[in-house]
Amino acid sequence: MEMLVASAIGATTAAGIYLILRLRTFAVVLGMTMLTYAINAFLFATGRLVVNMPPILQDHAAGGHPTYTDPLPQALVLTAIVISFGMTAVVVMMALGAFIEGGDDRINMPEDDYIMPPLKTVDDQKTEDETA
Amino acid sequence: MNHLLIAPVLVPALLGSLMVLWMRHDLLQQRVFGVIGSLLTVVLAIKLSHMAAGGEVFVYRLGNWKAPFGIVLMLDRLSAMMLLLTSVLAVIVQLYGIGSGWDRKGWHFHSLWLFQLMGLNGAFLTGDAFNLFVFFEVLLIASYGLMIHGGGPMRLRAGVQYISYNLAGSTLFLMALGTLYAVTGTLNMADMAERVAAMPAEDTALLRTGAVLLLIVFAIKAALVPLHFWLPATYANAPGPVAALFAIMSKVGVYAIIRFFTLIFPQDSITESLATDLLLPAALITLALGQIGVLGTRSLTRLAAYAAIASIGTLMISVARFDAQGLTAGLYYLIHSTLAAAALFLVVDMIAARRGGDIWLRLRPAILNTGLVSALFFLTAIAVAGLPPLSGFLGKLLILNATADDPWMVGIWATVLVTSLFAIVGFSRAGSILFWKSHEMDPEPGNDSDEGEAPSRGPIPTKLETDEPIQDVKDSAAPWLSFVSVGALLAGLVALTLFAGPLTGYMQDTADQLTNPQLYYDSVLRQQEGSR
Repeated sequence: MEMLVASAIGATTAAGIYLILRLRTFAVVLGMTMLTYAINAFLFATGRLVVNMPPILQDHAAGGHPTYTDPLPQALVLTAIVISFGMTAVVVMMALGAFIEGGDDRINMPEDDYIMPPLKTVDDQKTEDETA
Repeated sequence: MNHLLIAPVLVPALLGSLMVLWMRHDLLQQRVFGVIGSLLTVVLAIKLSHMAAGGEVFVYRLGNWKAPFGIVLMLDRLSAMMLLLTSVLAVIVQLYGIGSGWDRKGWHFHSLWLFQLMGLNGAFLTGDAFNLFVFFEVLLIASYGLMIHGGGPMRLRAGVQYISYNLAGSTLFLMALGTLYAVTGTLNMADMAERVAAMPAEDTALLRTGAVLLLIVFAIKAALVPLHFWLPATYANAPGPVAALFAIMSKVGVYAIIRFFTLIFPQDSITESLATDLLLPAALITLALGQIGVLGTRSLTRLAAYAAIASIGTLMISVARFDAQGLTAGLYYLIHSTLAAAALFLVVDMIAARRGGDIWLRLRPAILNTGLVSALFFLTAIAVAGLPPLSGFLGKLLILNATADDPWMVGIWATVLVTSLFAIVGFSRAGSILFWKSHEMDPEPGNDSDEGEAPSRGPIPTKLETDEPIQDVKDSAAPWLSFVSVGALLAGLVALTLFAGPLTGYMQDTADQLTNPQLYYDSVLRQQEGSR
């Protein structure tokens, strides 16, 4: 089972990273979600993998076999899921806004963010007014 | 147990939510309560710093659960100092936001501001590694809202990039925490530190992996090279006051590095030299790259962003040593660089507003209040570049002094001194284009009567190609308030210079407290009698 969980985490992480590197918003959001799933499974595994045991120390621990699932990773995963849901919603809304206002879904900055756009001069303005 | 410890988190949280619920559409009320909220955190931070100045470490156990099982908030000198710096910066910059009219470019500026404060305060106070992650998310989600405040395609694009980068960082953070939890079995920072110290040296491969992952996460927040790519576009496109508040946000990464690598992975432990080996070269390259950016950029807002990167580099050079002297210099420079970077972002915003939103370093007719604005730019440039007499000079001197016996001393001194020259040249170039050469231009567009006077200077610009004014000075509610707020930041820098003696004394004590964390462990784990 350890092998299965580990390879699942590995495969999801790899897919997530590949998608993030595509630099298009939809792929990046999808990749981020994959990565979050991988991390959630990883967090779950940090409390060691135990089958069919409650995540609470209780009576049957007194029987000489203190076997239980570590409850803390489950609490952590719960928090992480909630946070990642919220963050995914935010990034989807922002990506949509950027797509509608900016015209394309590339995630890197367009050229006019770092290359000085030319100024319209008095002459340009005049010719523009004349043509209009 | 002192309930004041949780107040810096609760006050902004409550006021922020109340503002969203009851004052959605009343800007005046939002302004009043926003400023009241920030002022209250200033008062609380002063009270808490006064408490922490005695050298005691205060613990607040949430729900009265015993540490390491319950969540704790911790207050020591470092947290108190960061709280005070954050709240003072927040209230000053908020006044600028009001004065310049930025806060009416969109809804919920002030409540997002308070939520950001809540996240920052929580991150500085928490004594629990997972809660640090949660507070990071709180401050990040507020910063996403603030970053795109005012809208516009370019800002939204920079925002998407910023969010994606930080989401990847958060995922990595969880991965690091998971690794550390798997190895140590605890998330309480003090408890983790003791277990790390007790761990046999041959079992620490996974622990070192976790430590490096954490270092990467905090380096993303602090924008250390090679993880700085998100910063220039983000800070350059964020609204001026928001970029000024972000000056403290990148310091959260530095704070977390200091906290984790003095407390949990101290230099004499099994992770010895790990941080220094990685951090020092990264810091030097960050500094060089930031100042080359200052020299090379043609946009005013990017100039400020690269100056912020460079200041992080300078700061990390001294922090990377993790000894008392290096930390003392680092903490002094941290305060200086936060105030100076914030002042620079505000002055840049002022200039851009007066140029009708043109952020490019090119000739434009002289702007409104040229004399006053250029004087402020001049002072800020002196502070940021680290010229005497302002505190940047003292900070750099302290850092050079702290690294005098370092094996890398020649490299460090050469980098710091040469890149300071770059900064000076970069700022002189920007200032002369903005303020001196503009006077040679004809202020009246279309007045081409005296052609013979300026034929070589080219045609006179009238209108920007990109019709996206960042901010217009006409929107300004109370321009004097903007000047007051920049003046207050500069006054803070002057005070930092004048009281450098007593302040470095305080930093010295803070650094001593950080390098001897035994009291911290004891306060969390042993002195629990008050908790039941």
